[in-house]
Amino acid sequence: MLQTATQNSDSTRAESSLDVELRKVFKVFNGETAVRGVEFDICRGEFFSILGPSGCGKTTTLRMIAGFETPSAGEVLIRGESMNHVPPYQRPVNTVFQSYALFNHLRVWDNVAFGLRIKRLGRAEVQARVDEALALVKMEAFASRYPSQMSGGQRQRVALARALVNRPAVVLLDEPLGALDLKLRKQMQVELSNLHQDLGLTFVMVTHDQEEALSLSDRIAVMKDGRIEQIDSPDRIYEQPSTPFVADFIGDTNLFEGHLEAIDPTSVLVRTASGVKIVIALPDSFQAEVGDKVVVSVRPEKIDLSLYRPEDAVDCYEGRLEHSMYLGTHMHYTLKLLSGEYLTVRQPNTWANLPDRHTPVYASWMAKDGVVLKA
Amino acid sequence: MRDTARDSQPKNTIVTPLEEEIPTDMSNSKARFPLSWQAIFTGALFLFMYLPILVLMFYSFNQSAYSAGWEGFTLEWYRRLFADDRIGKALFNSVKVAGLAVAVSAVLGTLMAVGLSRYEFRGKKLYQGISYLPLIIPDIAISVATLVFLAAVGISLSIWTIVAAHIVFCLAYIALAVSTRLADLDSNLEEAALDLGATPVEAFLKVLLPQLMPGIASGCLIAFVLSMDDLLISSFTAGAGATTLPMEIFSRIRTGVKPDVNALSVILIGASGILAFVAENLRYRSEQQ
Repeated sequence: MLQTATQNSDSTRAESSLDVELRKVFKVFNGETAVRGVEFDICRGEFFSILGPSGCGKTTTLRMIAGFETPSAGEVLIRGESMNHVPPYQRPVNTVFQSYALFNHLRVWDNVAFGLRIKRLGRAEVQARVDEALALVKMEAFASRYPSQMSGGQRQRVALARALVNRPAVVLLDEPLGALDLKLRKQMQVELSNLHQDLGLTFVMVTHDQEEALSLSDRIAVMKDGRIEQIDSPDRIYEQPSTPFVADFIGDTNLFEGHLEAIDPTSVLVRTASGVKIVIALPDSFQAEVGDKVVVSVRPEKIDLSLYRPEDAVDCYEGRLEHSMYLGTHMHYTLKLLSGEYLTVRQPNTWANLPDRHTPVYASWMAKDGVVLKA
Repeated sequence: MRDTARDSQPKNTIVTPLEEEIPTDMSNSKARFPLSWQAIFTGALFLFMYLPILVLMFYSFNQSAYSAGWEGFTLEWYRRLFADDRIGKALFNSVKVAGLAVAVSAVLGTLMAVGLSRYEFRGKKLYQGISYLPLIIPDIAISVATLVFLAAVGISLSIWTIVAAHIVFCLAYIALAVSTRLADLDSNLEEAALDLGATPVEAFLKVLLPQLMPGIASGCLIAFVLSMDDLLISSFTAGAGATTLPMEIFSRIRTGVKPDVNALSVILIGASGILAFVAENLRYRSEQQ
């Protein structure tokens, strides 16, 4: 089956280099709409992440690509072919499950060989490919172990080898590192990234960990309530979020709700209910009119703190230090502005003496560091 | 800022307790009472449960057939037992009934448990309740119901009617054992197999079934022992000549307990014990995996 998929893709390669396409896909479970009109294209060799809070429909979307769920409406295409009526065992995809779903009655080697044996490949080829896959995830030494005799990280590697050995068009990863502890997760992130680069396969990963998505992906689709909020590269998702939800979900941010008071060729002026005026550089494609409700997002690390009012700052606000949190490499400050808003600020851990509650502190940022979003 | 923060912080002092401040560890109390009331109670309970069996064993090796006193060791009763044709035939019937009932129930029970856990359908809860009902319904009710039913539809009693009646409760026991095992399994197992290219049938045979095997085996062993042991249902549903071992024993002790029945009982207890041990061992090892 993998063979036919590859052959077909060869003939379509000229016109399309898309591995996965979703066309207005819906999924309804017992009257609950889990996925509402999701549409995206995933290019060949891309590392694509679907990111969102739990219950946003990201896993359901992945399961529809794998074939475990059938779309209630819309179409899933893999390498240009409609997959709506193709069962999971005939799709050129392989999944790494969050729970790993290893076969406990089989040794590691046989777990990895499972897919190849099902396809009735020759003994020599199975041997060669399984050994190669185990080497890829550095698990050769564990070939004759049973899954129950291994740690979480080792099982994770076996699950990865079991998927990769089939050389699928698309590798689907459902929260692949979710069950690992922090140190191991960081390590596996690097290995996953290396594997992706070395193999050149298309990876589609579902995660709720924004840091994981940012560090691994070529592109990220942020989902909320079954809908896609934004699809973009990690830096654009972070720097240029297109909705307040994306700004808030990815990283920390300060959000100011207000009205658009003026637009000029280079910047916009936003006035919050409490009277704070914020100047933001005009985004590339901004469609709003004076008087519209907007939200301004400013990242904590873009904000500068000083004890004296900077002379040239456009966005500069006086406040008092309410709270500071020691984070090792960074300090996390909470500032109460004179207007009443709270501001979170992140600075490298350099300040020796902190001002007290009564000393004026000035928070400032550059007009280009803020993002204005339609509420 | 730092100063004000420090004021609101709790004071941290490192406590170094004196030896007499440390409360007495209650687990040390066992030294004072080497024979606690729990140990006495446990011993009494074991005696209560197993003394009759010990007495039975005692008589099965006793030379005297009638006296209560010990008159020397003998294997005579065991020898006579193995020479007895009727016992042999009854044993054969029992094994045949238990074997057939368990074989049929193993297939049906496994499919039932898998179906109930993997699929959603209308009336699933009701079906689930009904299928495990034979575990609770008194045997006598099953016996009477089966007899009345068989009479009503005009099926004459034979060894096959015993098998059919035994399937009723064997099925429930095996399905229960399998569904317990199923609940412990990774819910993505079959999906993982499908994902790797296995058809649903291959996924069931190559992945699900091997992982369910410990549950199926332990369920079968329990069901086998229960079927071998059953007197009530068998005697209601047995046709002429279809005498099972418990029926044979029961008919013999009505004319007084003979030592060869003692010997038979000891063998049965031993065999059941071994089977139960194997079943429990299988279950334990599957949990370890």
